[in-house]
Amino acid sequence: MRTAPGVIARLRGWITEPMLVAFAVFGSVPFWINQVGLYPYLGVEVLVFCIFALGFNVLFGHTGLPSFGHGAFFGIGAYAMGLTQFHLAPNLWLGLLAATLVAAAFGAAVACFISHRRGIYFALMTIAFSQLFFFIASKWTSVTGGEDGLINIRRLPADFGIVSFPLRTNPALYWFAFACFAVIVVLLWRLANSPFGRVLQAIKQNEERVAFLGYNVWLYKWLSFVLSCAVTGFAGGIFAMGQGGAFVQVMSLQWSGVVVLMVLIGGGLVSFWGPVIGTVIYFIARDLLGAYTETWLLWFGLMFMLMVMFKPEGAAGLWTELRRRTRAVRARIPAAGFRTGGPVGT
Amino acid sequence: MALLEAHRLHKRFGDRVVLETIDLAFEEGRLSGIIGPNGAGKTTCFHVLTGRYRPDGGRIMLDGRDITGLTPRAIARMGISRSFQLMNLFDDFSALENVALAVPERRRQGFHMLRDARQDSSVADKAAAVLARVGLAGKERELARNLSYGDRRALEICMALAAEPRILFLDEPTSGLGTEATARLADLVRRLKQEVTLVIIEHNMRFLFDLADTVAVIQWGQVIARGTPETLRADKWVKASNFGMLA
Repeated sequence: MRTAPGVIARLRGWITEPMLVAFAVFGSVPFWINQVGLYPYLGVEVLVFCIFALGFNVLFGHTGLPSFGHGAFFGIGAYAMGLTQFHLAPNLWLGLLAATLVAAAFGAAVACFISHRRGIYFALMTIAFSQLFFFIASKWTSVTGGEDGLINIRRLPADFGIVSFPLRTNPALYWFAFACFAVIVVLLWRLANSPFGRVLQAIKQNEERVAFLGYNVWLYKWLSFVLSCAVTGFAGGIFAMGQGGAFVQVMSLQWSGVVVLMVLIGGGLVSFWGPVIGTVIYFIARDLLGAYTETWLLWFGLMFMLMVMFKPEGAAGLWTELRRRTRAVRARIPAAGFRTGGPVGT
Repeated sequence: MALLEAHRLHKRFGDRVVLETIDLAFEEGRLSGIIGPNGAGKTTCFHVLTGRYRPDGGRIMLDGRDITGLTPRAIARMGISRSFQLMNLFDDFSALENVALAVPERRRQGFHMLRDARQDSSVADKAAAVLARVGLAGKERELARNLSYGDRRALEICMALAAEPRILFLDEPTSGLGTEATARLADLVRRLKQEVTLVIIEHNMRFLFDLADTVAVIQWGQVIARGTPETLRADKWVKASNFGMLA
């Protein structure tokens, strides 16, 4: 028979305190977002991009492989959601499954060509492939709608057989996106702390040594890319519902760059939560800073430059540093030589 | 038959011949040493034997099986493990996590995506036991980057050892160590010698000649002498190249 402490220990392997805090914060958003002068759809956008950034970070933060073309897989997920609705069946689950699997399939094909690379060569190849997909999507008008995009993608109800939840309103879609976010967070957290996740983090630190320990580095990198694209495609599927369409712009280099900015500013290289923090910072900057000046992106870019120059570990690294200093002061021990930064599974 | 044999091994980088038809044999259960001056080709020889470089000629046989040109991964899986002259650790991992990655059981679980690696007591126990063997007990939770130089050297060896190898290659293990740390390493190597076939590249002749059963001397990409430490001390080539004096 399992004892209560045993069950709690097992549960803590899946659900952690930072997760509960994050869920509490995002779960409270619908109750105050209108009061602070913002709007519920912003919450949907934040959650969708949190999922996108978390998926991207499997590759970037966990495995250390920089992709500057992930917007392509986000767009592929969005198109897959729309095309499934229009040509297969108008079913939410089928659409999301298609968004996930199609993006994963494209990712799998791309990864076959780039998994033996790393660093700048890997990054350049991801740009090349994303540009390829971008131009195919913009020119293949009969399938993707070209520059006009696929429009009239519906927000289908979340049908659980005995009960069905309509997602037509923004608050309803928010709750759905929140549920998806929670599931993705739990699964990716578990992935980061699994034997597989540990190998990815080891590859990020020292690919050669991992090979000399007998691991198939190529296959791990390939799987990391595929998983990352699957989560990204899933986010693209929800985004298509939110936007009511799938548009080629999200596949552009600019959008691929935005997710890199989000993850780096948040501290995705050192923390599991970096992508979430970075996404929130980005949207706060866009909507709050953007309310005062049209050049908000300039200020955001400056913030990014300062962060890279003085705190490349991002906001999460800043938080870790502050906690470390506070603890050091409390314990009256010198701060030097003590480091809490670690892999992204922390 | 030796456990690992290299026949007429040849390696060149562009015009520069680094290994010129080298023959080596490493007997099971023995400690074999390779010595030679800087640039003699010792480390290249290690890289070729462990799969980092593909030889341009010759054959490498492990227990009668041709492993020439196999990848480091394949060679590691066949039971050849190595440490590196320039330390090659996972600095953001704790000492325990570094070693756990090398444990074969963890390698077999490598594709498990939803299992909690932190609660895997079997792998952790094995890793902790290997850490204790090399004198790193109590430092399991220390980040590799925070360990002292000597402890990092020990961790390097520990990772190679945790892979449960049939043959363990150590590339200049005393490099950068002080007298005391070198003496501790010598004790460790003496213990390891009872458990695993060892091949060591060394600059420190005293260290190697005290421990090795046989030594091959590499100079200009060739084996210029081989034998027991005693016979090598009397060898005219070794004397001429100053190794004899150092030993």
